Amino acid sequence: MPQATNDDSESPENGVQIDLISGERMQGMASMEKIRMILDGVHDGNIVILEEGLTPDEESRLIEVTMAEISPDEFNGIEIETYPKSDSRDSSLLGRIMGSEEADAKLTVIGPANQIETLHKDETLISALVSRD
Amino acid sequence: MGLFTELKDSVSRVTDRLFSEQEPKRIGIYGPPNAGKTTLANRIARDWTGDAVGTESHVPHETRRARRKENVEIERDGSTVTIDIVDTPGVTTKVDYEEFTDEMDEDDAIRRSREATEGVAEAMHWLREDVDGVIYVLDSAEDPITQVNTMLIGIIESRDLPVLIFANKIDLDDASVKRIEDAFPQHKTVPLSAKEGDNMDEVYDNIADYFG
Repeated sequence: MPQATNDDSESPENGVQIDLISGERMQGMASMEKIRMILDGVHDGNIVILEEGLTPDEESRLIEVTMAEISPDEFNGIEIETYPKSDSRDSSLLGRIMGSEEADAKLTVIGPANQIETLHKDETLISALVSRD
Repeated sequence: MGLFTELKDSVSRVTDRLFSEQEPKRIGIYGPPNAGKTTLANRIARDWTGDAVGTESHVPHETRRARRKENVEIERDGSTVTIDIVDTPGVTTKVDYEEFTDEMDEDDAIRRSREATEGVAEAMHWLREDVDGVIYVLDSAEDPITQVNTMLIGIIESRDLPVLIFANKIDLDDASVKRIEDAFPQHKTVPLSAKEGDNMDEVYDNIADYFG
């Protein structure tokens, strides 16, 4: 299975690597494994796209861990955009009542803050302008 | 107010306190940087205790550590609601020290950014572990539909915490409370100006209703 991390032998020096991570791959991972995989990719300058988003608890931990890793002149943090939740609020409420931990976001784009010039979202499109520096 | 009514209210307040089995609820004031969280926390604390919570500033991340003001007793309609106010740093996913270098030298900017990141991490941790309700403060002159706001509201909802949205800075010309109501229609939005003290009666009525 291909690794969702930068491989110097495959990455063009002037390119930007995009990791598209399937929901299937994320399903078997613990929350901190997901966060580690995302942030390792972003630290390498990659754009990480999750087919299925994170749970609210995972989003909270992602912010917390990101803050712990910010360092002057090295890593400024992340840009993140997620499609809105489903309009059906009943299902998420039911999910909460039933104790569901499944993410209800459709798709999430995460990248390094210093490389993403703009990250725009509307209901059907997330658009990112990425610099190579 | 007649002597009998005053006495009745006074006795009622004392018995409310004596027979209250609950600890004061910890109400976290969350929101993006520069929404006016500390100004609001100070307004509430000054109105009911006489003391401020922290320093207000136009520079982002002036609040870099969560600060608590305990046992704030808010009186509404003869009963008292006691809360601990927790003023938190503005939540963000990125902090760049160079954004502060116009206001201070590089060493201070780096120190501020480090403290800000620790403060945001702490605020997120508290949200998961240590608050009983949330006042979510938004600048009503800014677009509320940002990823951080959407994520934070989602995190708060997932924890089933009671949340009030405060549309702050209604004194500004560009303010639009409707824009905030439309963005988060599932929650009560209360307009106010923490700086000018506008609409604070409605603010306190709602705090008592939601967190009492």
